Amino acid sequence: MSLRSRVVERVMGALFLGCGALSVLTTVGIVVVLATQSLGFFSDVSPLEFLAGARWSPDLAPRSFGILPLLNGTLLIAAGALLVALPVGLATAVYLSEYASRRTKRIVKPALEILAGIPTVVYGYFAVAFVTPILRAVFPAAGVFNAASAALVVGIMILPMVSSLSEDALSAVPRSLREAAYSLGATRFEVSTRIVVPAGLPGIAASFILAVSRAIAETMVVTLAAGATPRMTLDLLESVQTMTAYIVQASLGDAPSGTVEYRTLFAVGLFLFLITLALNLLSQRLIGRFREIHP
Amino acid sequence: MSSNTVLETVGLSVRYGETRVIDDVSLRIPENRVVAFIGPSGCGKSTLLRCFNRLNDFVPAARITGQVLFRGRDLYGAEVDPADVRRSIGMVFQKPNPFPKSIFENIAFGLRINGFQDDIGDRVEASLRAASLWDEVSHRLDADALGLSAGQQQRLCIARALAVEPEVLLMDEPASALDPIATGRIEDLIGDLRGDYTIVVVTHNMQQAARISDDTAFLYMGELLEYKETQRLFTNPEDERTEAYITGRLG
Repeated sequence: MSLRSRVVERVMGALFLGCGALSVLTTVGIVVVLATQSLGFFSDVSPLEFLAGARWSPDLAPRSFGILPLLNGTLLIAAGALLVALPVGLATAVYLSEYASRRTKRIVKPALEILAGIPTVVYGYFAVAFVTPILRAVFPAAGVFNAASAALVVGIMILPMVSSLSEDALSAVPRSLREAAYSLGATRFEVSTRIVVPAGLPGIAASFILAVSRAIAETMVVTLAAGATPRMTLDLLESVQTMTAYIVQASLGDAPSGTVEYRTLFAVGLFLFLITLALNLLSQRLIGRFREIHP
Repeated sequence: MSSNTVLETVGLSVRYGETRVIDDVSLRIPENRVVAFIGPSGCGKSTLLRCFNRLNDFVPAARITGQVLFRGRDLYGAEVDPADVRRSIGMVFQKPNPFPKSIFENIAFGLRINGFQDDIGDRVEASLRAASLWDEVSHRLDADALGLSAGQQQRLCIARALAVEPEVLLMDEPASALDPIATGRIEDLIGDLRGDYTIVVVTHNMQQAARISDDTAFLYMGELLEYKETQRLFTNPEDERTEAYITGRLG
């Protein structure tokens, strides 16, 4: 190797290392900031109050820092969204993988993936301007801001991801299993529901968990459509506030840096981060297991 | 047509797009005999086999002309439900393909979808015995089928096919992925089933064809060159290409 190409090799190697290190260091940096600021928060507020308190009122006296109402809002909307996205997403995946002609699949699958690229603010606007008025016409009890509208639209938003990833999992089930089942006289429906879906289950579960993770982390739709009322409720027609929507609200507000109100941002952020991290790790483990079964 | 013909093809051709893989094949498979399809790779023997249970339906590019008759009835007739066809004509594949379920469930699946409700346990046992697998698995029917050896998996697949009481068993190189001992057991099993089922076996192994079959068909580049009693085909081939293939000079 000539001196010049050796130098180029060295420089390029260092450059690639640098790019890789940048993203890793950024992540580490975010975690460090979240952790140190949260540490400050927890020196003022006991972790028990934070995790078990049922009232969230960080700026209005009497102040109270129980995250449960925010967690309630987040989980309520996520649950509603999943109620829409999981069944419809799985059914779409089964259709694409087992029923659709190759031509249909070639058109529909990329279309779904494009749908996944629509900016979330558009979905948020769609919720407020289109879904909420319909909901209020059907259910007069529904508020201008309500959890149902946000849940419905978040569900539609994560639907392409669920169907696309589940379809990948179903398509990865070896053809030989389908042939074996068909050879026993099974119908398409029996092959789909009793052989292909069970065999693809780890991959489907992984896509479901990623969907949960996205529904929990979703920000724009819930901020625009669900309102800003932290409360303990299971009523989808009421206004609620999610963890993400609170973070938006607090970031836009004028809580001076260094105060407890300011630090709530980081504590809630850390809590949210830990939830989605755990879900993503679980999803990755499932996908890893799936690969072991169907290499 | 003699009354004991089970399967028959009349002027059967199969095309994949522009390529003709089966060219005007007419043959009869008599009842309760073991028929071997032999020929070099790519001669169309597996494609021909898959015409008998309409598995080629799932290959969008495949075009079939001519007729395939099952007990005189056109298998590709408009009123024929392919699922019904496959219930009567079972199949065992080249690579063992048990479902990722328990040993018991592998066999119970076919029974349940075909409406068997009573004595599923007895039928599972009978099928496992018929495939000479019962003694090895009777104490662990709930174990994952993927934990069995390849040879055991293949016998499980045979048991699974037998459970739904087919008339015909199609076998697509059933021993090609197995070691010699497991291969021997599959061949013994075919010997046990001989006389009770009509069996069509695709194989690239001529000694195997000679050992297990009553009749042998030699296919070459999509054409049926010779089809007669196995012993006669191997001792007294008429077509010089058959002779060249069985003596190892062709293929």
